[in-house]
Amino acid sequence: MNATSTLASGSRTGLLGAGIFAALIGVGIVTLTGHVQASALHDAAHDVRHATGFPCH
Amino acid sequence: MFTRILTSALFAGAATGLIAALLQLVFVQPVLLHAELYESGELVHFGAASAVPAEQAVGGFSPVRDGLSIVFTMLIYSGYALILVPLMALAQGRGARITARAGLIWGVCGFVAVHFAPGLTLAPEVPGVAAADVGARQVWWVLTVVAAAAAMWLIGFGKSWLHWGAAAVLLIAPHAIGAPEPEVFTGPVPTEIGALFAARALGIGMAAWVVLGGFAGYFWARETAGQGAAQPA
Repeated sequence: MNATSTLASGSRTGLLGAGIFAALIGVGIVTLTGHVQASALHDAAHDVRHATGFPCH
Repeated sequence: MFTRILTSALFAGAATGLIAALLQLVFVQPVLLHAELYESGELVHFGAASAVPAEQAVGGFSPVRDGLSIVFTMLIYSGYALILVPLMALAQGRGARITARAGLIWGVCGFVAVHFAPGLTLAPEVPGVAAADVGARQVWWVLTVVAAAAAMWLIGFGKSWLHWGAAAVLLIAPHAIGAPEPEVFTGPVPTEIGALFAARALGIGMAAWVVLGGFAGYFWARETAGQGAAQPA
């Protein structure tokens, strides 16, 4: 990995794009596990939602 | 770059999720199971002919139920890490130093944003409590978390009283406006159990977030070792 060049040039936009993409995946995972009310998901995640302070029922 | 973010976030999130799940199974789950005895009507504490002992035999490991809880806790903290690591990378690009030790403070801020700020008005609910419509509460939860996260960023990286003043407004506004509340109270669960549950959920949440921040800082610092300093601010 030629590290210095990756980060120094052209990587600001790369970092921004990669960061936004990763954060969107993160938001998706949190939404699915914490918020979606589909009953199978709700039942499976029930205890975690209560223990993690999400609105559950 | 994406691979680095993904690697750091998944290592940090999975490790934290496992620790958080074990802490929850030991300290939160027994309180939740105890509350469910009242939610289902198996136990009654008002108007019962005889007093119900406050100690109940609950617990034990339920492979499917608790196994799913472990998987979902690891998922949730991986999701948080996928948001936390890009924010760390963004701050690093603007001159902040990211280390495991600095990560601990990021963890405290994450806890305030995601658990404490919404929990201050919508306290972590034990099963069986009365609550307003779940959709309305979710909207309030999301807006409060986003406002508190923005406030944490403004407090940490703000440079003038304008920033810190805006942070204070963002922190206070959701609670001044208020969260959706139920019209009447119908909860059959003793307040003692509800209070213990909320305290335990917040306490374990803080422990988990501090661990998550530390791990995320550690893995991100490793991924970018030797490069972070070379990056122009």
